[in-house]
Parts: sequence; structure tokens; C-alpha cells
Amino acid sequence: MTTDTTTKDAAPGATAPGQTVLDARGVTMRFGGLTAVRNVDLTVNSGEIVGLIGPNGAGKTTFFNCLTGLYIPTEGEVRYKGNVLPPKSFKVTAAGIARTFQNIRLFANMTVLENVLVGRHTRTKEGLWSALLRGPGFHRAEKASRERAMELLTFVGLEKKSEHLARNLPYGEQRKLEIARALASEPGLLLLDEPTAGMNPQETRATEELVFAIRDMGIAVLVIEHDMRFIMNLCDRVAVLVQGEKLIEGDSATVQGDERVIAAYLGEPFENAPGDDEVAEVEAAEAHAETTTDAAPGKENDR
Amino acid sequence: MTTQTTTAETPSTPTAAQTSLIGLPAPLGRALATAGGALTIISTFLAWTWTAAFPGDLTVYGYPGGLQVLVLIGGALTTLFGLASYGIKGLSLLTPGSADSAVKTAALGTFATAWYTVIAISTDLGGVVNLEPGGYVVAATTLAALIGALALPFERPQPELADPDDTGWEKFRHQSRQNWNTVKAAFAAKPPAPAAKLPAYAEILVIVAAMALGLTVFTYGIGTEYDQLFIGFLITAGFGFAALAKAGLVARVSAITARHRNSTMAGAFIAAAAFPFTQSDDQYATIGVYILIFATVALGLNIVVGLAGLLDLGYVAFLGVGAYTAALVSGSPSSPLHVQWPFWASALLGAAVAMVFGVLIGAPTLRLRGDYLAIVTLGFGEIFRITVLNMDGTSGPDVTNGSNGISSVPNLNILGFDLGQEHQILGTTVGRFANYFLLMLLITLVVVVVFRRSSDSRIGRAWIAIREDETAALAMGINGFRVKLIAFALGACLAGLAGSVQAHVTYTVTPEQYQFAHVVPPNSAFLLAAVVLGGMGTIAGPLVGAALLYLIPAKLQFLGDYQLFAFGVALVILMRFRPEGLIPNRRRQLEFHEETEAPAVLSKAGA
Repeated sequence: MTTDTTTKDAAPGATAPGQTVLDARGVTMRFGGLTAVRNVDLTVNSGEIVGLIGPNGAGKTTFFNCLTGLYIPTEGEVRYKGNVLPPKSFKVTAAGIARTFQNIRLFANMTVLENVLVGRHTRTKEGLWSALLRGPGFHRAEKASRERAMELLTFVGLEKKSEHLARNLPYGEQRKLEIARALASEPGLLLLDEPTAGMNPQETRATEELVFAIRDMGIAVLVIEHDMRFIMNLCDRVAVLVQGEKLIEGDSATVQGDERVIAAYLGEPFENAPGDDEVAEVEAAEAHAETTTDAAPGKENDR
Repeated sequence: MTTQTTTAETPSTPTAAQTSLIGLPAPLGRALATAGGALTIISTFLAWTWTAAFPGDLTVYGYPGGLQVLVLIGGALTTLFGLASYGIKGLSLLTPGSADSAVKTAALGTFATAWYTVIAISTDLGGVVNLEPGGYVVAATTLAALIGALALPFERPQPELADPDDTGWEKFRHQSRQNWNTVKAAFAAKPPAPAAKLPAYAEILVIVAAMALGLTVFTYGIGTEYDQLFIGFLITAGFGFAALAKAGLVARVSAITARHRNSTMAGAFIAAAAFPFTQSDDQYATIGVYILIFATVALGLNIVVGLAGLLDLGYVAFLGVGAYTAALVSGSPSSPLHVQWPFWASALLGAAVAMVFGVLIGAPTLRLRGDYLAIVTLGFGEIFRITVLNMDGTSGPDVTNGSNGISSVPNLNILGFDLGQEHQILGTTVGRFANYFLLMLLITLVVVVVFRRSSDSRIGRAWIAIREDETAALAMGINGFRVKLIAFALGACLAGLAGSVQAHVTYTVTPEQYQFAHVVPPNSAFLLAAVVLGGMGTIAGPLVGAALLYLIPAKLQFLGDYQLFAFGVALVILMRFRPEGLIPNRRRQLEFHEETEAPAVLSKAGA
């Protein structure tokens, strides 16, 4: 196979920079009477990292699920490299969109290496007969898959733990493994659903480096995140989703400066809008509140 | 006992102290255990009872028989491990794990077997007067060995403090949990250090020895002639295996077998093929062939349940499809098709028809998950049986002859070798069932190879991924439905293959052989139990599970109507204390896998 040569600098699913990879037009998702996502347009170009932010319940993950075929949008269409996405999640992955999950969904009782090998599923063809007869082609494909998987594990820094069970990995490494598993399907677009949730600043920093490295492989990245610093450092463009609708899209400075975004996160200003120092005060209070909640993290789990 | 005195003397060192369950000094205990084991060996050469009314003839001096042999083996193990625990050079090789735990387990097993025998003699013959001096001697020596073994030191777990607000019942529970932990710690063994690699021939010799031992134990178990001997066998074998495990030998051998998987498989099949040649008549080959059919089908089910995680409660129907198909083309007079196909054709047809049924049943049901799938497959299993019952010419088309089934299925004749006749092979008479045993062994080999190869491949990983997390597996590009259907159809196909042999072994194929639950295996409930009992996702697990599940009801006839009840209780207990099954999956062992050698990094990463 050609994997060894191509992966040195670019992923096999990579496209030339500037080309539109993902094109979602007018995506609407209704569950009964509830409209979770309304008429959202989003494009992702190759070589780009696009962020998707929004308050809790804004419909980010629903939108993600529309992009990955877990949900079929009620209206609108999603095109990947010009083709409308098939309505099954495994076909979407085969087409070239890979994802990670908000709550880690590894194959807990498989080894780290096996997890990545499962990610290779769409890029290998050996069926049951080939497995039973074990011809030379089978061994060649299996060896190539293993080599590629080990490369990916080295890429995320888990090569020493390839024989460990996935569930025995610490949290941050489970996140990394999920990314490696998604990369194994040789995607052109990687969707990351809150990749730094629950991470400490160092781990977040490392994840940032990892996402940049993935971008440098030529894979477009769409990332949902709550960590604003992470998003603003990382993304070329940020889209803000509020109550199922896209509020604004632009570079991080535009989004950060937009009043509607601040309003969506912090609430609408009063009749006589507060001045800048009041806003600063509110933000300070907010920051303070965050640190105090951080100081007592056991609160939620207290019974 | 004297426990109170010692605990009073050493109350100040509760943390990880080297204490023992019985307050004898450790050197004395060790000597007592070893000597007790040795004396037990001698006592088995005495007469235990005066009359031959107790089966096995325990009346002879100088010649151990029946249960005495089992006690002799137990005593020998105790003595060996006892001597090894002194650190004697050659013998300490026997106990790479914990010699003390091994001594304890062996002594306990010997004690249990001996006392079971003595009690059985007393109750069967009516009173302890029926014991000869040898009986008392063996009771005393095994008890002494046990006491000595229990005096060996172990690391007492640190007691958890009780909540002073606890009610009496909670205190009692706390206390009993504490005691249980202590007992567990007393028998706990640390895993042996990884062994130095032996030369390949030596490792193969070890495998051969292990296989020979396995064959001997199995042959002995299958050949036990009376209930008491079989119970004694179960006790001795169970404790003996546990003692070997505590000594670390099981871990050593399994490490070696993992390195030589092909040799192990070949060895196991040669050992299994040797079984009919150890038998003088066909009596136990019958049990052997039924066990093999049961085990093969259980292994096929393990693909569906153990690998792909699809709970199939109607699996026996595919065995039935294979059996009926083979019976229909076998040339049986009660078959409406008056054709007689050669075996290879009927076996292929049986497998193919079963596979078609697997696809037909799987296609609509595999869209369901979990419990729903279980219920629907249970339904389809019963639909098969009832349909076959009704295709008798009155309620439906005349195909299967209804409840009478297809009878007088002729014996197979493969390349001029009539499996119904006795043959002289290597100086031994190989009877009808032994012939079928060897044929069935080939089918088992096929299923084992299919299981092994498919599980260690792209498709096998996809099955396991589906079992672990279906949504994530779909997101990884696995076509869940297709992959599950392949597992279902492959499982059905293998069961059909086994069924095509079963039709000839049993002469008659009737609907009630293929029920959901029935006292005689194979049926869907027992098949699933064999998989769960043996260990899901392993090859050896269902084979061992099926052998036990077949042998125990067949040998313990006195249980009678309580068979299923006893079986249920045993299953509940097993699931409580060993939920991973008798032979756990490698993955479960990997859970404790700490040190891994650095992998050969093949090339630099793409970043």
C-alpha cells in the first residue's frame, strides 16, 4: 500500500488548501415540535480550523450529528467535497468525515492498538473469506494496517501503550486515543466534540498542538468547545450557535467583539445598557464565580 | 482452636502482619502439612472399609482404589508443594507463584475429598462402624495436613473500621465481610514472575505434558463409574487445578501456550484424537461424541454471543436445520426425498441451508438491540421447532414427519470407511461412536480454526467494536448491520455443519431435540450457559464449559428432577464469584497488564 509514503507529510484524505471540504446549507433539525437546529449554513475549507461555540443547549452536538449521519437533517443538505452526505453514519465515515465524541466512546475492552485498527475499517477491504483463508494479501494488509496504526499512535504519543486496554488509560490519553482512532479512517475533515473537556491547562495546550499538527497534515478540523481561550487560539474562523440558529461567523476577534455573542453568553443588557466598566465588573464577577466553583469541584458529586 | 490466644498476644501489629488463620508456629505448621500429606499417601494404601458394598473396593491393603486414588493424588500434591515451600532446589521450580497458598489449597482439597469419602462410606453403609482403621487414619492425616497448612503465614488485610453508628445487622455484615476478606487473603497467591524463556523444544514438551495431563484427567472423569467417584473427582480436580494455579504453574503453562498457539492447538487435537484409543469399548466414546457436538455448537455460538455480542436464545434451531437437512438427503426411509448424498455434499448443504436461515432470520431481527434481539431470537427458535412439528403431512406439507422425526438415518460411509462398523486401528477396536468422535473432532477443528482466524482479523475487530459500543463503531465506518449479519450467518453455518453430523450420530432427528430448554444438552439455554460458564470470547471456554455441562448431569443421575435446579444454583454462584467465566478472555487479563515492552516504532509520525 501507499500509506507509508503519503502519510509522511499529508494524510491520504487531505485536499489542496482553500478548497471547500464541508458545505452545510440550511440545515434544520426538528424533533417533533422542537427545532434544535434552524437553517444553519456552515462551510469548512481545507487547511482550516473552524470553531463552533454556543451556550449549552444551543444545538451544537445536534448539528454535529447531522454532519456525521447520526441524524438526517429535516431540511437542508450537507455536502462533503461536493457530494451530498449519505444518510448512514458509517457511510459518512467512509466518505471522509471522522469524529470524536463529547463523552469519550472508546472500545473500552480493546487494546489501544486495536482501537486504532478499528478506525482503519473503512480503508481496508479484507472480508471474512480473506480472514479465513489467510492468503498473502491478508497478511500484507494486516501488516500495513498495523504500521499505519502505530504511526498514528506515535503521532499522538501513545506508542508505548499500544498493548494497554483502552479503559486503563488516563482521561487525557483516552481523548488522544479517540483522535488517533478518528484519524485512522483517513478523513478529510475531522469533527472534534469538546476535545478538551475535563482537561487541565497543560493538557489543553497539548491538545492545541495536536490539532495544529492535524491541520498541518492537510485535514480540515471543525471543533466544538467551551474553552474560549482554546477556541480563540486555535480557530481560523468561529461560528456561534444560539438557540439553534447561527448568530455570527467570523474570525476570533470579530466574534469576541460582537455584542450579540456576549449577550447570548451573559444575558441581554438592561434597558439602559451598562457601560464598559459595568461589563468588566460583570466579567470579573463571572470569572470569580468560575474560580470559586472550580475550587469546590466535588460539589456536584456530593450525595 | 487456639486463635484467641495468638490474636491476644499480637494485637499491636494489625497492619499487613504475617499472621496465620491458626495459631501454630509457622515452621511447625509447614512440617505438619508436609508430613500430613505424606501420611495421607500412606493411608490410601490401607483399607478404609470392611465391605465391598461401597463402590470402588476400598477394602484392600496395599492397593488404593477408586476414591483412594484421588486422595492419594491430593496427598501427593500437598506433599510436593509442602516440600517446595521449604525452598528445596529442584522442587521450588514447581511453585513460581505462592507455595504456601498452593499447600493450603491442596491440603483443603485433599481434606475435602477424604472426608467426603469417609462420610459417604458412613452414610451409605449406615454408621461409622463401617470404617476400617485406614478410614480413621486418612481422616486424621488430612485434617492434620489442613491444620498445618492453615498455620502457614499470610498477609492479613488491614481491617476496615466499622461505623460505630451501625445497627447490629450492619455490624454483623461488616464482620462477615472482614472475615471473608481474611480468608480470601489466606488463599491469595501472587502472580509468578515472568519465566525465563525455555528452548522451544522444552516448551513444546511442556505443552505435550499439559495436554497429556488434560487428556488423563478428562478420560478419568468420563470413565468414573459411580456418583461418589465422580463427586470426588470434581472436588479433587477443582482443588487440584486451583492449587496448580496458586502455585503459578497454570500461568506459566498458559504463557507458554500463548507463545506456541499452533503447537498447542495441534497438541490439543492430538490429545483429543487419542481419547477413543484409550477406551476399550464404545461406552464413553458415546459421551465423548455428544460432548463434542455440544462443544462445537457452543463454540459457534461464541462467535455470535462472545465476539459480536448478539444474545441469541434460539441458536439450537440452526443445529436443527443442519440436522434435518442432512437427514433429508441421507437416504433415510422416512425422508420424503429418496436420495442419498455423500457426506461432504450433505454437510455442505446442511451448513449452507443453516446459513440461509441465519440470514433470513438475522436480516429482520438484527436491527434490534440487546434484550429485544434476545426475545425475537427466542421466538424464532420456537417457530422452527413448531414448524418442523407441523410439517407432518396433516397440519402442513409432508416434509419432516412431524413429531416422529426422520428416523433410521443411515450411517455415514466416507471413502469406503463405514462409520457404523467397528474397525481395528493401531491394534485398538474403534467402534461406531469412536468413529463419529473422530469425524466430529475434524468438524470441531474446522470451527476452532474459523473462530480463531475470524476473531483475529478486520471483521473480528469490527465484531468486538460493535459489542463494545455500537454507536462508536458505526461512527468508525463499520457497517453494523452487515457485520452483525455476517456473524449471525457464520454462527448459523457452523451450527448447521455440526448438525449434519449429529443427524447421523443420533440415528433420529426429532423436533424436541431442538428446544429452548431441555434436560439434555444441546439446547439453546445450555449452549448459552456453556459459553457464559466457560468464558465469552475464548476458544477453550465453551469447550470446557460444554464438557462440564454435559458430564455433570450425565454423571450425577441421582439429582434426578433437581438437575435443572442444581444447575441454576451453580450458575448463579459462578456468576457471583467468577463472572468472567472459567477461562477468562485475554482482554480481562490485560486489565492488570502493567509492563509492556516498547513496540518497534516503524517510522516517524506524519506531523
